[in-house]
Amino acid sequence: MQDNSAAYPELLPHLFRLEYTKMTAVLCRHFGLQHMEIAEDIASETFLKAMESWGINGVPENPAAWLYTVAKNKTKDYLRREQLFEKKIKGAIKTPGTQEAAAVGFTPQIIQDSQLAMIFAVCNPSNPPEAQICLALQILCGFSVAEIAAAFLAKTETIKKRLLRAREKLRQDQFQITVLQEKAIAERLPTVLRTIYLLFNEGYFSASGSQLIRKDLCSEALRLALILTDNKLTNTTETNALLALMCYQSSRLEARENEAGESILFEQQDRDLWSQELIDKGNQYLVNACTGDAVSKYHLEAGIAYWHTTSATKKWEHILQLYNQLILLEYSPMTALNRTFAYAQVYGNEQGIAEAEKLQLTANSSYHALLAYLWTTIDTEKAMGYYQQAIHLTTSATEKKTLQRALDKLSLK
Amino acid sequence: MKEFVLIFRLNDTENVKPSPEQMQERMNWLAGIAAQNKLADQGNTLSVTNGRTVKPGNIVTDGPYTEIKEFISGYIVVKTDTIEEAVEIAKANPIFKLGGNIEVREVVKRS
Repeated sequence: MQDNSAAYPELLPHLFRLEYTKMTAVLCRHFGLQHMEIAEDIASETFLKAMESWGINGVPENPAAWLYTVAKNKTKDYLRREQLFEKKIKGAIKTPGTQEAAAVGFTPQIIQDSQLAMIFAVCNPSNPPEAQICLALQILCGFSVAEIAAAFLAKTETIKKRLLRAREKLRQDQFQITVLQEKAIAERLPTVLRTIYLLFNEGYFSASGSQLIRKDLCSEALRLALILTDNKLTNTTETNALLALMCYQSSRLEARENEAGESILFEQQDRDLWSQELIDKGNQYLVNACTGDAVSKYHLEAGIAYWHTTSATKKWEHILQLYNQLILLEYSPMTALNRTFAYAQVYGNEQGIAEAEKLQLTANSSYHALLAYLWTTIDTEKAMGYYQQAIHLTTSATEKKTLQRALDKLSLK
Repeated sequence: MKEFVLIFRLNDTENVKPSPEQMQERMNWLAGIAAQNKLADQGNTLSVTNGRTVKPGNIVTDGPYTEIKEFISGYIVVKTDTIEEAVEIAKANPIFKLGGNIEVREVVKRS
């Protein structure tokens, strides 16, 4: 035993999350989804024991191995008790899906397979997307209810209720978690990708919540997508396109905010702060994504994100074309606004304004912010009016600050 | 919300193959409708070369041509409150530069 107990308050939360999710995945697969709670109880007890023991004896040399040994023993104990119970009380209901008292194993392959199976189990299409993200955060990413509530700026009670309902659906689901069927994978992959995409966006775009938690959401989404690339059934061109998109976006994480936590607009970002490593990774995944004929929304968004990393002269023409395709594939007010911004970059602000006004998204603060931006070079008064509207409509404090700064700059003119 | 079919007509087969610029213009127009969330169906382009007209008495003629030398080149479906709005959308289409026209017809839903 090494004495690095001084480091353990730092070590535990990170280790906790990662190993907790791996452990529950393996145990859930072992016990079946109906008995998710047993799996989680065993995992929690294991970590409780770790906290006690490591606090006194220091952190073991291989903390993960230590955890798995304890979990293995606890599972054995549980199953022994259970068998005793079944023997003594005859006729006890034997639930299908529960495995016999086979020893649970924690080899890297089992962990990997279990994690993948768990991702597919959690992304149950019968749950609404926001519930799926909460579930993913709790079960796949090891977030506490309080952390999820902080990420969504919601009350803990709301999140608890949402999770309770969603978990009930998981238990009722007949999803076969022990052996992943090819057909089940094909059917659920779109839901899985969508959940990862939304998880990432929640971290990347939500203007609320602490910066730390938001970065965590982004890296968790990347981690889950990477698990998908390890299996040939899930390593599809769409998966690669989504990964490319997330890499490109992540490359700008450091450049998006100044030290005071205020967001920096794209054009004003310090490009030296962009991570070239992540851009290169994005390029690599985008190449993988383009090996087939399929063009998904992830392909289009990754393409847009790619052009944003370049300074090519025709880049806005390409971005506009991709936005045109994206809006035809799926309407969203944000896509409509972003497309109009690209349109204005190609055809000038005046034509951009005409195109923007057609959208009539008058209740959307970004709509007014876009018009304010486009009017800036043409009519300061008008631009200021739109900025005021946008400030009035936005609910995000960070965005309010950013808009106010833009407005102040105009009033100085 | 009502649905209207916009039927595109051209009368010169020369103009059927668009240049990249024309393509871009058309795409901008179409995406602009989608951006207003008023596109019900992005429709299709209809082939000029591979077409037949079937008439009574087993008569099949080549081409899509009707009596006048005008043919339908494609269609889309928009969703708007009024036909006037659908007409406004149609007015911005670049087809008029080629001497084409657009017919706007409300979709009568089978009940």
